[in-house]
Amino acid sequence: MGQRFAVTIEDSGERVACADNDNVLRAMEALGRKGIPVGCRGGGCGVCKVQVTGGAYHTRKMSRACVTEAEEADGVVLACKLFPESDLSVKVVGKMVKAVCAGIQGST
Amino acid sequence: MAMTGVLRPGHISMRVLDLEEGINFYKNVLGLVETGRDGQGRVYFKAWDEREHNSVLIREADTAGVDFFAFKVADKATLDKLDGDLQAFGVKTERIPAGEMLETGERVRFEVPSGHLIELYAEKTDVGNGQSYVNPDPWVPDAERGIAPTRMDHCLLYGPDIEKVQEIFEKVLGFYLVEHVVMEDGKTDLAIWLSCSTKAHDIAFVRHPEPGKLHHISFKLDSWEKVLRAADIMSMNRISIDIGPTRHGITRGSTIYAFDPSGNRFETFCGGYDTYPDYKAVKWTWDEVGAGIFYHDRKLNERFLSVVS
Ligand code: FES
Ligand SMILES: [Fe+2]
Repeated sequence: MGQRFAVTIEDSGERVACADNDNVLRAMEALGRKGIPVGCRGGGCGVCKVQVTGGAYHTRKMSRACVTEAEEADGVVLACKLFPESDLSVKVVGKMVKAVCAGIQGST
Repeated sequence: MAMTGVLRPGHISMRVLDLEEGINFYKNVLGLVETGRDGQGRVYFKAWDEREHNSVLIREADTAGVDFFAFKVADKATLDKLDGDLQAFGVKTERIPAGEMLETGERVRFEVPSGHLIELYAEKTDVGNGQSYVNPDPWVPDAERGIAPTRMDHCLLYGPDIEKVQEIFEKVLGFYLVEHVVMEDGKTDLAIWLSCSTKAHDIAFVRHPEPGKLHHISFKLDSWEKVLRAADIMSMNRISIDIGPTRHGITRGSTIYAFDPSGNRFETFCGGYDTYPDYKAVKWTWDEVGAGIFYHDRKLNERFLSVVS
């Protein structure tokens, strides 16, 4: 217990130290970094979606509305439910949707 | 105001990713009272000062979000009448038998164009607020356990076609518009706050491309002091806070938005003003929407319009 690993956010080049019992999103936020979008922090909204491009990890339960089984098998996970077991590198997949514009187009 | 027809919000059923985590949050952190568990795996809660058996249900599922939101109506005759009125308006309804939910009578369920299931019911067991109906004390020990809201107050739902939803709520269910936010075009509503009572809102909708989404379920506190206490309890328990404590321009409530352990947003708030059906609706324009939502920051946070469950 108590191991710390380096997590690299490829998009911004940021490196964040993350304890093995801490999720990657929290580790990033705790240091005031902004590499991954932050939403509910509970695995329910999907905005913190990342693709793990290297390293060992485990996850806790994530909403299937946000991550499909195929995606999960492919290393696509929610950063708020992602726990490192080695140094990791991740790429951001999720984003803050511009819901308002889509809403206007969808209306009559 | 003589209250007839639809009286108030009655219950919400929500999905959580982990039931034990959910129970711990709703019972020990939010401080609701657990009142039962059913054969479908649903766990029932009520706020301490509510008198009916349940107002919040959770069940474990693969996704977070809302299953249905219900309103109490005056009596069985009203339930039958509103069922008929909904059908006459072209809304399909379904009867769910008494007892399908613990201690709850027959429900009329229908889907609104925003993709949400809404229910009406007339009967639910009065289990009381822990006080006698004769010579009661002002509060009970549960009123200080956890955040301890007095009631489940309203919800904000995200989905498409909110003008059609508004029509059903106004023309069939007797709600009226209290406040609204108009989009850049100066015509289309981005958001509507509707009341069936003298509360500033009993339900609200925001226009959103994806149907059936939950923005937040809201719980009422008695004072600003208690809102600050709620923020302390959230931080002590490492609850994910979205924003606050702050004030809404819209409805004037003092508020905190935060998330349950599965990412369902909830609100703990106090205040808001009294309103009446003859009041003219308050309008917020697009350029001032930031102050409407978060009065002190005067800007939306990134999450308000895009994070839902
Ligand atoms: S922040 Fe919502 S799923 Fe991670
Ligand atoms: Fe609210």
